[in-house]
Amino acid sequence: MAERSFAAEVEQLRRGAGEVIQAEGILAVTKALLQSGVAYVGGYQGAPISHLMDVLGDARPILDELGVRFENSASEATAAAMLAASVHYPLRGAITFKSTVGLNVASDALANLASGGVTGGALIILGEDYGEGSSIMQERAHAFAMKSQMWLLDPRPNVAAIVDAVEAGFELSEASHTPVMLDLRLRSCHLRGSFVAKDNRPPAMSVRDALAGPRRDVSRIVLPPASFLHEQEKIRERWPAAVRHIQERGLNEVIEGDLSEVGIITQGGLYNTVNRSLELLGCSDAYGNTRVPMYVMNVTYPVIDEEVVRFCRGKRAVLLVEEGQPDYIEQALNTILRRHGVDTRLYGKDVLPLAGEYNSLAVTRGVSRFLQAERPDAVEHEPRLLLEAEDPRSPFAPRVSGAAVQPRLPGLCTGCPERPIFSGMKLAERETGPHHVSADIGCHLFAINAPFNIGATTMGYGLGSAGAAALSAPETDHRPVAIMGDGGFWHNGLTSGVGNAVFNRSNQVMVVVDNAYAAATGGQDLLSSTAEVPARSTRHPIEAAARGVGVDWARTIDNTYDVAAVRDTFVEALTAEEPGPKLLVMQSECQLNRQRRVRPEMRQALREGRRVTRERFGVDPETCTGDHACIRLSGCPSLTITANPDPLRSDPVATVLDSCVGCGVCGANAHAAVLCPSFYRSDVTHNLTPRDRLTIRLRRWWIRMLSHGLESRAARLEGS
Amino acid sequence: MSSWADGRRPLTLAILALGGEGGGVLADWVVSLATDAGWLAQNTSVAGVAQRTGATVYYVEMAPPAIAPTGRTVRAEPVMSIFPTPGEVDVVIASELMECGRAIQRGFCTPGRTVLITSTHRVYSIDERMALGDGRVDDALLLGAARDASRRLVAGDFASVAEGAGSVISASLFGALAASEALPFAREQFERTIRSSGRAAEPSLAAFSAAYDLARAAPPVSNGASGAPGAEPVAAGGPAASIEVMDAPSRRVEREKAQTEAERRRIAAADPTALVGPDLHGLARRVGDLPEAARSTILHGLVRTAVYQDVGYAERYLDRVGRLAAVDPDPQGAAALTVEAARHLALWMCYQDTIHVALQKTRRARLERIRTEARAGAGQRIDVHEFLHPRVDEITDTLPAALGASLRRSRTFQRLIGAATRDGMILNTTSVRGYTLLTLMARCRPLRPRSLRFQREQRAIDAWLTAAREAALAGDASLAGEILSCQGVLKGYGETWERGETSFRKLMAAAGALAHREDAGVRLAELRAAALADEAGAALDGKLREYALAVA
Repeated sequence: MAERSFAAEVEQLRRGAGEVIQAEGILAVTKALLQSGVAYVGGYQGAPISHLMDVLGDARPILDELGVRFENSASEATAAAMLAASVHYPLRGAITFKSTVGLNVASDALANLASGGVTGGALIILGEDYGEGSSIMQERAHAFAMKSQMWLLDPRPNVAAIVDAVEAGFELSEASHTPVMLDLRLRSCHLRGSFVAKDNRPPAMSVRDALAGPRRDVSRIVLPPASFLHEQEKIRERWPAAVRHIQERGLNEVIEGDLSEVGIITQGGLYNTVNRSLELLGCSDAYGNTRVPMYVMNVTYPVIDEEVVRFCRGKRAVLLVEEGQPDYIEQALNTILRRHGVDTRLYGKDVLPLAGEYNSLAVTRGVSRFLQAERPDAVEHEPRLLLEAEDPRSPFAPRVSGAAVQPRLPGLCTGCPERPIFSGMKLAERETGPHHVSADIGCHLFAINAPFNIGATTMGYGLGSAGAAALSAPETDHRPVAIMGDGGFWHNGLTSGVGNAVFNRSNQVMVVVDNAYAAATGGQDLLSSTAEVPARSTRHPIEAAARGVGVDWARTIDNTYDVAAVRDTFVEALTAEEPGPKLLVMQSECQLNRQRRVRPEMRQALREGRRVTRERFGVDPETCTGDHACIRLSGCPSLTITANPDPLRSDPVATVLDSCVGCGVCGANAHAAVLCPSFYRSDVTHNLTPRDRLTIRLRRWWIRMLSHGLESRAARLEGS
Repeated sequence: MSSWADGRRPLTLAILALGGEGGGVLADWVVSLATDAGWLAQNTSVAGVAQRTGATVYYVEMAPPAIAPTGRTVRAEPVMSIFPTPGEVDVVIASELMECGRAIQRGFCTPGRTVLITSTHRVYSIDERMALGDGRVDDALLLGAARDASRRLVAGDFASVAEGAGSVISASLFGALAASEALPFAREQFERTIRSSGRAAEPSLAAFSAAYDLARAAPPVSNGASGAPGAEPVAAGGPAASIEVMDAPSRRVEREKAQTEAERRRIAAADPTALVGPDLHGLARRVGDLPEAARSTILHGLVRTAVYQDVGYAERYLDRVGRLAAVDPDPQGAAALTVEAARHLALWMCYQDTIHVALQKTRRARLERIRTEARAGAGQRIDVHEFLHPRVDEITDTLPAALGASLRRSRTFQRLIGAATRDGMILNTTSVRGYTLLTLMARCRPLRPRSLRFQREQRAIDAWLTAAREAALAGDASLAGEILSCQGVLKGYGETWERGETSFRKLMAAAGALAHREDAGVRLAELRAAALADEAGAALDGKLREYALAVA
């Protein structure tokens, strides 16, 4: 079960024509798919479209009613290959994943799909993880559109515009027999807004109908000679068809303005930001009534030569606002203008940043530079962000010391079962010396930061083991450690990592973090999840899978909170004499998901009067000496510092916050690392039994008796 | 067409929170609040893995119906931005004080423009928590910046308000937002929003109400200093009184300590015996001969050393303090040297050993404190488990010197104890067995003076005091004070303590080498800071090399 439930929100998906829906961008996309008569949907979770997969999962009854097939794909490649169903059949299919990493994984399937072309509309919904909040390398989906010739939609960040783009995408795909990518920027996915619904439409042809009458057409299969024909067809037929359709449907917009000798061309996704910049400069208002004419490219690939020329001709200068690099669109526009003999000056990355997110600061500065150069009189207002930081009126005038605002990077949650794995690893390294560590994608990647500082590289999802391949020579006596999550393991790590290491007799220690969910993406289920999920097959153990591809040396630790056991197993794996990879499966349930499960159960038990014990940790301030070695070995958000109550001491002491879930790592670390005796665990038991009451009475009497001497001696010295 | 500058624009609001704090819920509430009032509103955020405990920004734009122009427009609805623009944010809500600093650093919170609502509690960053000593950022810096960088500041400990109401901080911040009157909506509209959002409405409303009252009780702080001309938010309002910024809650303990200390000083001057138990009255009277500024600290030390060992040990403490007081250059004034000596000496003389830890663990006050912290009521059972890990060295250290030394050499003993303690033990202090064991250990106190460690520590203490005294006699009170402060690197248990001892030895050697140099005190202070910079002692060694001093 995913971290966030959309069970309540998905009811909105049933709304019919004319009804207004207030929703987050991802829910709007789902509704748009249903309105478009989609026949099948697949995808792989990952921010910012994880919730799209979760919404689809929670919308299962509605999908079933409409006869829409939905799969949680094993990887982005799987999802992309799923679109093969639209090659011969007029089935509308949509897939979704995070970009650009998803496109990297899916590109083989997508290139094949784009080569043969499609009959039914094929839509690839991209969650563009770019800019602030992104967790991946900063690249552009645009390159994939260009290399495989798939069209790229980049709608305005407006819920209604996004809904329209979904339907337009299917139509464009069908009109041009080409897969279409719909680029949803990070913030657009989490946008809340409203749109007017249409009725849901069951698919004109369902997957079941398709199977009843199998079709094949060898000219659509990527093998010579067809593959050579495909390339010609792309240029001679599909491209012109797309251009025609885009123009006829008016997918791109031209907004007139009185300053007609200048203009701005922008990607649709940046339209709102550009309008805000124009507002700040006094050239537009909140309702988009701009004085500077604009050409809004809601389709950023292909570029429509004719529209560009029509917009630019007669203008002295035009500014292109294109986010990311390389500047593909700017290069295209320069070519187009030159070919058509239009001498309009094109501004772009000469006044805007060459790289990095185009937020309102970057765009306002760029638009201002452009207007100051070409129509300085148009600028009626100078927003303060244009002032130099030295100016005390600037928003960036130094008002707070840089040292007082420290970075706060994402990290492992309170009670995370991955924390003790890294604590144990640090302790093992005290015995074996430091090792090269190849990291992977997932929450465990947070170990690269303080306090663990573990991990040297990350090569991609499920590629932790492969990332250590070169360094895993059989004869090495200081083997590397490769880390992988259960998500990465099932995504491709089983073959690209484990199988590869077995086959090549790689001498490495492979750690698979098995927390029963794809935790980093929001707690989705996967093959090795321990929960019974009605629509999916789960409970397939990781160790069994690894042994199945030939791993001989494998240990499963079913309680990662036992730091000493983790440490000892690491030492064993790092020093074992046997050849080949050593696999450590580290098993404990993701705490975030566990708490969501356990808390209501505990509340229920309390209400019913059952005996319940709640555990949490604490630190004795008088025993803690304020060295914080425990924090350097843990980093748990609930283990923090507090002012020292001792009048003779000033360094803060460690303390455990009320958010502690009693995972036990503090105590296990204190033991395994021989830290200090300050930690204690307090177990509070509710709904006592008669036996409990007797124990309490006996203990109270005994403790009073035994402490009497100690306390009265202390009283004679301490006074009142 | 300066419609933005003229105020025909959406109201902008940014929320800076930590992942998991409910910033998204708060943003959703603000949107519902505005849309229910007939406004158009939109919010967005950068969610995803960045939210796992990291800093996150949520951004809301709200357009009042009044800004719609007449006639045909390009868009039927306002075009909302998905980014907060530096210098153009009307309301900033920060869920924590350093996040408030981040809002200022990123230019979202600006003087003359922003109504800033911040909780004043601290959630310490990993760097602050990991430091070997005190790595905390000064809250006063952040609070001062909050006042200077906002048009109006509403500050309060909204985290504890929420906790008190059994709710979360998003609810109390919503209450503070209502109280700030930064948005033109009535309190009832805010409360209706919470109610209609469903789940856990009652605790949320309680937190809302408590925060509303707190924000009202402490009138908002207006920043008169800025005076910069700027657009007033379309919906500004509320009282604008100038008052002192309230103190940060994270320093409450320190403030209380300072107050208690002031009170103690007053008492110590009049009647030092009032601050100790009857068995220490004699020694307390002798404190009257020592510098007045140091008396309270010395009385602390007396009690502590006496409880730790006995009255004779307290007398030894007093004699030792006297040696330093005799060379204090400023006995009538602050008597800094005596105060430092009294403080560090007490801490060192009461070094943490098994006997002392056993005593600390069995004190009644401690068990009461744990009960309160765990919120265990009278009808609940509490079990307190200790995680103890005595090592062979620590046990032999506690035993009489001769016995300890021979046992330390005995392989059999090492094996036996090693096997018993290798994995550590978990002791239930609240059980009959556990409490008996621990009190037995605590009662071993009379054995301590004959132990190996006791003798070692006393020698080291005397050498340290002598070094400080000599520096003072040579006229370098600054170096003497710094030598005393070096005790601060002796911390923790086991390996941590040993690491500290290594650093301490290096520092003492350096102090000897630096003596008679003009900047000896300053340099030793830098070396001491370096000793607390990292566990491995790399910074200290680097600094020693830099000063061409012996590393080993």
